Amino acid sequence: MMMERFALRSRGLLAGVAMSALLAAPAFAVSPPDTLVEGFAIDDIITMDPGEAFELSTAEVTGNTYDLLVRLDLSDTSKVKGDLAESWTVSDDGLTYTFKLKPGMKFASGNPITAADVAYSFERAVKLDKSPAFIIEQLGISGDNVAEKAKAVDDTTFQFVVDKAYAPSFVLNCLSATVASVVDSKLVKEHVAAVKPSADYKWDNDFGNAWLKTGYAGSGPYKLREWRANEAVVLERNDNYNGEKAKLARVIYRNMKESSAQRLALEAGDIDVARNLEPNDLDAIAKNADLTTTSAPKGTVYYISLNQKNPNLAKPEVRQAFKYLVDYDAMASTILKGIGEIHQSFLPKGDLGAVDENPFKFDVAKAKELLAKAGLPDGFKVTMDVRTGQPTTGMAESIQQTLGQAGIKLEIIPGDGKQTLTKYRARNHDIYIGNWGQDYFDPNSNAQTFASNPDNSDSAKIKTLAWRNSWDIPDLTKETEAALLEKDSTKRADMYKDLQQKILDTSPFVIIHQQLEVAGLRKNLKDFKLGPSFDTNFVWTVSK
Amino acid sequence: MSVAENQATAGRGSARAVAILSSIGRFLVIAVTTYLGLLAVTFFIGRVIPIDPVLAVLGDRAPTAVVERTRREMGLDLPLIQQFYIYVKSALSGDFGTSVLTTNPVMSDIRRVFPATIELATLGTIIGAVIGVPLGVLAAVRRGSLIDQIVRIIGLIGYSVPIFWLGLLGLVLFYAKLQWVAFPARLDVVYEYTFTPITGFYLLDAAMQGQWDVFYDAYRHIILPASLLGYFALAYISRMTRSFMLNEMAQEYIVAARAKGLSERRIIWGHALRNAAVPMVTVIALSYASLLEGSVLTETVFSWPGIGLYITNSLQNADMNAVLGGTIIIGSVFIGINLLSDLLYRLLDPRTKAG
Repeated sequence: MMMERFALRSRGLLAGVAMSALLAAPAFAVSPPDTLVEGFAIDDIITMDPGEAFELSTAEVTGNTYDLLVRLDLSDTSKVKGDLAESWTVSDDGLTYTFKLKPGMKFASGNPITAADVAYSFERAVKLDKSPAFIIEQLGISGDNVAEKAKAVDDTTFQFVVDKAYAPSFVLNCLSATVASVVDSKLVKEHVAAVKPSADYKWDNDFGNAWLKTGYAGSGPYKLREWRANEAVVLERNDNYNGEKAKLARVIYRNMKESSAQRLALEAGDIDVARNLEPNDLDAIAKNADLTTTSAPKGTVYYISLNQKNPNLAKPEVRQAFKYLVDYDAMASTILKGIGEIHQSFLPKGDLGAVDENPFKFDVAKAKELLAKAGLPDGFKVTMDVRTGQPTTGMAESIQQTLGQAGIKLEIIPGDGKQTLTKYRARNHDIYIGNWGQDYFDPNSNAQTFASNPDNSDSAKIKTLAWRNSWDIPDLTKETEAALLEKDSTKRADMYKDLQQKILDTSPFVIIHQQLEVAGLRKNLKDFKLGPSFDTNFVWTVSK
Repeated sequence: MSVAENQATAGRGSARAVAILSSIGRFLVIAVTTYLGLLAVTFFIGRVIPIDPVLAVLGDRAPTAVVERTRREMGLDLPLIQQFYIYVKSALSGDFGTSVLTTNPVMSDIRRVFPATIELATLGTIIGAVIGVPLGVLAAVRRGSLIDQIVRIIGLIGYSVPIFWLGLLGLVLFYAKLQWVAFPARLDVVYEYTFTPITGFYLLDAAMQGQWDVFYDAYRHIILPASLLGYFALAYISRMTRSFMLNEMAQEYIVAARAKGLSERRIIWGHALRNAAVPMVTVIALSYASLLEGSVLTETVFSWPGIGLYITNSLQNADMNAVLGGTIIIGSVFIGINLLSDLLYRLLDPRTKAG
């Protein structure tokens, strides 16, 4: 009797607890009508200062919140168009670029945009000398000469002097990189911190770097309201923007790492866009009537590379044989489906002069013939460092299987991304599988790393991908440099076509595919479009 | 206890105080050695892993000159012993350095992420204890019955099912299908603008500011991950309660109490459970401590910006300052909770009163 009463009581108690724990009234989940909410893995962001940031997620934020002198023309990405600049001229000697700014523009703070702001932006980027600064420095600009090389002639005229008669397309493309974003100098100067000069850093202040890491001093269609590391980035419409105002009042990037969680939130309507979807979730979204998907090729190529320190891999026939031992078609229809397009040359589609023909097919007989010619008819043993995760692991397994058909025994050494990269950068690998995203939207960015290696010694100052694979190529290096100085865009494009052909024929790089960026979105979203690079993933045109 | 016994003449109260003080002293010694060991092990693991820490700061695309300069700035060109000395010196003054990933001082990062974990773990433990203890008692009292079997199965599932799987299942059911709970995050997007946290415990902050709509929203976000953690705590707590209770129920004093004609209810609640409560405190405290370490998988699935996610993320990016700082904070909490449960044990155990 007692026992029963106790049991009944505790049962009632349990039910009560369970009810109160779960009973939350059903609420209709939907993101606010004036806000774009994106689920996005934004944990790579380490700074919001455009002079310092070099991460992909940050590039997207910077692209939407800052203006540049010139910006990539999305209708033809081999060209640029004016952003803050109304027009520009190049002097006959090809050294002096003069930009005329549009009149009457303002920063988000309300301060006027003048040529002095542009000059200050270049000065701070070069003097800070952070990761992306080389994009400007390679034009012959340094902390010591920036004051005379990048200066304001008057309020609306900015003059930029380079050290060689580079191809104007190259210079302008460099100026369209996020590091050349124009900051509000008056606002930044209110937040500079004093620094004690040292051998590594000669200047007496930090040019507002500490403040701009989380602060904002731009003039783009959106302004940065807040970045909380690993949590969220919040953008708000900039009512002082000099062009067409953003359609939505706010954009919120929520840090979500998990593909399935992104999919659930998208299905429920809590987010409008899901940015890191794996193939199976993408499939489910494509089938959902309320949702749709979109994709765009990005400037990142995936490749395997053969270290020339390994005597077997250094044989030209072996290098060539590897290019026939990748089953491109099988990869395209399985592990790369929806996330990559087969692409075998080093310039991503959309670059000036990019070659979009893929000459290599999986061909074991041809590869065996080449191996026999190299004196290795029975194959050999070799290792490959593979970062865990997809698509690299799946690609490596496929390659392991196809290499095996020609007698090459591949041992896969799995590792964390940073770990395999550390080994690669020290040239201690046999084969490495990885990706390379171009640093700025110009063919020189990838040409310089795949097709040039000015110094193959261990103490080299410039360590390109060719260097990482000990591929000593003085002739190609000269050709890459020459392409940089070709003024005629058509001729310049032809030179890159030639370089790509030579890399296809002789290089230790087996380039496999170009990355596709995919996103899942709610159907009520209008004009959401992914750009050819992360800093052109514009959100200001989006409406609901 | 020998210290306490020797000084029994000094009176019961002071004997207990001495006992407690001596146990605090013992714990301090253990704590200090544990800290130093923790520091050394974490530091050297961080330095021998084959990952270049400069990569974490600059990424793969930085030019060589910048890489070399940054290496000097980070002091990585110094001998290892010297690096360790510098680290310990600044750690002792409460400076754990700056996190590479977030660019904030590690301590301020932890102040931000730890409340999120504490809030989740506390709610989880409360759910686990409030449901787990009665379930365990019930299973013990009705040993071998259907209820006992059900409790056993609940416990088994809790032990054996991967938490991220159960988490996703929970999301699919309660969030996607039934819409009872809110999506993975701490708050809805709309409240990003109206709500400024004070302590970092959102439920508490919302209640303090009287923003009951925010409170309700925070509740809808926390309840599923907290229930999930609560379920795992429950699995453990109910099994332990059951075995403690069975142990007590077999004692002679229970027979004596029955012989005295006490009601079964009083025997169970007033006598058996009271004695079982003593070891229960340790069990609940330990399960709380393990939840405080941050359940990485739960935090990942529910996009919960807690300390587990913070440390894992830092570790994957070779952000060693953050890993070291986080490890030491968690170590402190673990040691602190052990000390606390030991003190509670002494307060609750009737034998220490008699001593």
